Amino acid sequence: MKRKFAGLASLVAMAMATPLAAKDIAVAPGDGAQERLQEALILAQPGDVVILGEGRFDLTDGLSLDVAGVTVKGAGPDKSVLSFARQMAAGEGLLVTSDNVVLRDFAVEDSKGDAIKSKGADNIVYHNIRVEWTGGPKETNGAYGIYPVESENVLIDSVLVIGASDAGIYVGQSRNIVVRDSVARFNVAGIEIENSFNADVHDNVATKNTGGILVFDLPNLPQQGGHNVRVFDNVVVENDTPNFAPKGNIVASVPAGTGVMVMANRDIEIFDNVFEGNGSSNIMIIGYRQKFEDAKYQPMVRNVRISDNAHGKTGFAPKFAGGDMLAAAFGGSVPPIIWDGVGGAEAQVFCSDEVPVLNLGMTKSDQPIETAQPSLAKLMGDAAPRLPKIVMPEAMEAAIR
Amino acid sequence: MKRWGVPVALAAAALLTSAAPAPLSVNDRVITAPGLPKKLSEFGFFSGPGVARPSPVLTAYSLNTPLFSDYAEKQRFIYLPAGARVSADSTGRLAFPVGSALIKTFGYGTGADFRPIETRVLLRRAGGWEALPYVWNADLSDADLKVAGTRLPVTVTRPDGQSIAISYAVPNKNQCKECHSSAGEVVPIGPLAANLNIAPASAKPFRARIDWAGKPNLGDGPVWNDPATGSLDARARAYLMVNCAHCHNPQGSASNSGLFLSYSAASDRAATGIYKRPVAAGRGSGGRDFAIAPGHPDQSIMIYRMASTEPGVAMPEVGRSMVHEEGVALIRQWISALPQD
Repeated sequence: MKRKFAGLASLVAMAMATPLAAKDIAVAPGDGAQERLQEALILAQPGDVVILGEGRFDLTDGLSLDVAGVTVKGAGPDKSVLSFARQMAAGEGLLVTSDNVVLRDFAVEDSKGDAIKSKGADNIVYHNIRVEWTGGPKETNGAYGIYPVESENVLIDSVLVIGASDAGIYVGQSRNIVVRDSVARFNVAGIEIENSFNADVHDNVATKNTGGILVFDLPNLPQQGGHNVRVFDNVVVENDTPNFAPKGNIVASVPAGTGVMVMANRDIEIFDNVFEGNGSSNIMIIGYRQKFEDAKYQPMVRNVRISDNAHGKTGFAPKFAGGDMLAAAFGGSVPPIIWDGVGGAEAQVFCSDEVPVLNLGMTKSDQPIETAQPSLAKLMGDAAPRLPKIVMPEAMEAAIR
Repeated sequence: MKRWGVPVALAAAALLTSAAPAPLSVNDRVITAPGLPKKLSEFGFFSGPGVARPSPVLTAYSLNTPLFSDYAEKQRFIYLPAGARVSADSTGRLAFPVGSALIKTFGYGTGADFRPIETRVLLRRAGGWEALPYVWNADLSDADLKVAGTRLPVTVTRPDGQSIAISYAVPNKNQCKECHSSAGEVVPIGPLAANLNIAPASAKPFRARIDWAGKPNLGDGPVWNDPATGSLDARARAYLMVNCAHCHNPQGSASNSGLFLSYSAASDRAATGIYKRPVAAGRGSGGRDFAIAPGHPDQSIMIYRMASTEPGVAMPEVGRSMVHEEGVALIRQWISALPQD
């Protein structure tokens, strides 16, 4: 690169370069796609748009983006395909580690690990993206489809994820999150919000997963104490795929046929969703059930408000320990809403849905199910939602308008 | 046997070859100016061919316990600008002044048979460290910048004598940062004073340029495979520190895992992996419940991932396509000896 004007003029030009000099960098599939695309992602400057051509990019290694303010844009989720079927290394297909990045209009297929991970990447937008493991649900598929972690302001809009062996859309240890208008199917968990604060999960379809939507909190992590999550206006139906998560992972404990599961969080609102055909239960509210060493960790659930959900057929094939016994005891099927009961009235778990609620009557989150004291319960209290709407910075919304 | 022997011998041989041209002087401006130099020769680190005849102002060093990189031989050098000084904090981490460079060449073969594949440079510029990978051309006349990395077919002879053909991966610029990252900034990994091993002839002048915050402690850390240098626990921790903790620390690329293998995290046993359940491991869990199950290496995720070469399972995620059998053996032995609850 020539640098003829080494004086003040070039400094001024550089300072202003972001909006003025923003350029499109087109990358086509074909020979050398790995090095050409990776080079474009490295040499891009803030404001640039890396444009993925139409066709299949046959990639041999993970890709990564570490430049802030870059947009990666394809010709559409069925037209520009990043295929990692021949990937030889790296823990994910595409890794983003910079802020203010927009990913849109392309697909990631068959990555060996996670498909798209963004770590410490604030203000990230995922829009109109397809992630798929094309061999269907298999234990050997990568763990997460769309995987933002340790980030502030995460917008996931209009994505489709199929086949993740952990969670299709997984947001971990982040703050201020919107997951909307997206579809997750044939994953172990469709959508999972974990160890995160302030999330809206709405207008999504979660179907044919093992569990539809999970709101979890786990111990021994830098950010924990998950809270303020709203799950509303989603369609959570027929999540009946047998659990295919590798053992050891927390989602391996999710029973097939789970609609929404809340674990070890507080201030959770579940309203205006449509549930149907989830064989274990529509809504499960439970504490963390495994042994842990972490004085700062709170394993029980508190402050849950459930209202105005539509409940179709459910609880007809419970896949959790003691499920058959419970079904037999409650007239052939498990009630659509189950709470472990830990904390009693102090837990403030309220529900105004006109369906039976099963209180397992546990006193400790890790209590064996055999010693539970299950009974039908009314979870009386103010179940109306009151958490504020999550708002993204305007530039993020503008990026996909 | 000191591992600094090879580069020092090469440098000495170069000095004795009277017909050779005078060594280049290092070009300070290329190190400090912004931009990405296309050729390694622009720096003036080596007179060549290849990495033969390093500039006499470079200080060769090795590490007591190194990062495993597919059994590659590594030749490492420190460059300090004239008159510049290094400071060491109380933990012995060295802070290099602007204009410094760390130069590491990866290749195979020893002594005169050493053939370089790539040379990675870490340049200390005003804005921080810049990490750049250079790949040697066929006649070793120069090495070209490959910001996007590349793959090269290489046949590796393992310590047990077995030869294996691998696809050697030169990391791209971002992958350099993935390992060399702390709180989003690029930092050197190796040069902890206690892990640094410098040839006696150059150690004295180099040490004289270090300003210590605490007690000087250069070059006495454990050698991972030499029981005379430390206990099993000390050597295993040193191995994990160098091979894992560059990502697995609270500011590193694996901060979200909660698995911290740096010395400073050792007091929190769950954070170091003991009875710690996986978080985002996916099939990397191998169906096992804990990162480290004391007494049971075969039930420990750490061993499963170290012993794998499969992307999505293998740890570290980049930088190797082979299993470091001897390293796995050390960690197996260590986990076997850890007390169970």
